[in-house]
Amino acid sequence: MNWLLDNFDLIGRLTVEHLQLSVPPIVLGFLISIPLGWLAFRFKLTRGLLLTVAGLLYTIPSLALLPILPVILGISFLSPLNLTVALTIYAVAIMARSIADALTSVDPAVRQAATAMGYGAWRRFWAVEFPLAGPVVLAGVRVAAVSTISLVTVGALIGVESLGYLFTNGYQRTIVAEILTGVVMVVVIALVVDFLLARLGRLLMPWAPRRQRRVRAGAVPLSVVGGAA
Amino acid sequence: MNLLADAFAWIFSPDRLTGSAPLPQAIALHLFYTFLATAIAAVIAIPLGYFIGHTGRGRNLAIGVSGAARAIPSFGLILLLVLVVGVTQKPLAATIAFVLLGIPSILAGAYTGLEAIDRRVVDAARAVGMTEWQILTKVEIPLGLPLLIGGIRAGALQIVATVVLAAYVNLGGLGFYIIQGIPLRRFDMILGSAIVIVVLALVLDGLFALVQHLVVPRGVTAGRTKELRTSSPRRRAVVESPTV
Repeated sequence: MNWLLDNFDLIGRLTVEHLQLSVPPIVLGFLISIPLGWLAFRFKLTRGLLLTVAGLLYTIPSLALLPILPVILGISFLSPLNLTVALTIYAVAIMARSIADALTSVDPAVRQAATAMGYGAWRRFWAVEFPLAGPVVLAGVRVAAVSTISLVTVGALIGVESLGYLFTNGYQRTIVAEILTGVVMVVVIALVVDFLLARLGRLLMPWAPRRQRRVRAGAVPLSVVGGAA
Repeated sequence: MNLLADAFAWIFSPDRLTGSAPLPQAIALHLFYTFLATAIAAVIAIPLGYFIGHTGRGRNLAIGVSGAARAIPSFGLILLLVLVVGVTQKPLAATIAFVLLGIPSILAGAYTGLEAIDRRVVDAARAVGMTEWQILTKVEIPLGLPLLIGGIRAGALQIVATVVLAAYVNLGGLGFYIIQGIPLRRFDMILGSAIVIVVLALVLDGLFALVQHLVVPRGVTAGRTKELRTSSPRRRAVVESPTV
């Protein structure tokens, strides 16, 4: 308890740094996932290819991906950019799939109706298909956001400062309270961001069902896919 | 590309078979922890998941728990458990962490596998006089098996990735070379072992994908028409409800 009271400033500073590291991969991942998700939804060939690649990327353990990236990107092993790129890759792997699934879930009759009313492909996507796909897209964004926030801590191993610093520092100095504080803070941030995203979704998409319905037959729930840590 | 060549030279160097940390031993240890923790997690999560899936009780709790579990940083959990359980019992502490991280995916796989079954199939089984136990073992478990294997697959990969992080507490395994290599700036060793880890994860994923494919009951595969097998539900909707 003493440790907690003595280090309030440190925890606050690390929390801010943690958020600064978490937000870019989530936003970037979302922006990249929209065209990729659309490609996966639209063409059968790209669907198989994109979903397979996304699945494979997601299986790569984070600590193994971090040292491989600088070789591919040609940047320093210790650059914080590695972490951003790695987390963006994981975020895209989650969200591209969920956006593809979301677009597939839009009633084809609605799509045809929009076409019949004279919507072109571009306007139909943004005005009809994407908003209707919204609730499923949001589910993917929430999963990606939570796992990104928790994965940022791995950066501590390659010298990128975040709440993960409390883990390595607490372990070296054998202060249980320090590690526990780090774990609790990460979970709290993740849950707060998740809650805010859910509220934002309700605000932007008032037509979405309030409660999740039972799993559709054949649909693989998001909680089952993936495995990076 | 020079680095890549160095990395492969590191992997295939004869020195990897000798010394204090031979590569085959690290791979074996990594797989040992993965299988042990996945097996323990499965023994805990599958009966629980089947109970939830069959009765529908505790479903919201299970969704909440598996959702919240994603937020727990696995690296922090390992270090926390090692300090709490005792620095002298690192393997035990780390295994507890791996099991805890593997449970949510397997639990989700078990109960969603049962939930995804068409209610009419379960009702039909009950109508022909099957007992609840027969419904579970002869109908629900076989039909839910692909999703269960999917859950075990996700759990095992989560554990593989976490065992890498556990090298930080000197547990051994393939993460050892990365953790050791970073302060030494031995980039051939870091990259080489990272490649081995990626290959290991992909092979494991491929094996699970194969099993997942094989456990689909014969009746389900036979019942699929060619049209239904296309991945797009758009077509499925048209097949099932033709516009009159």
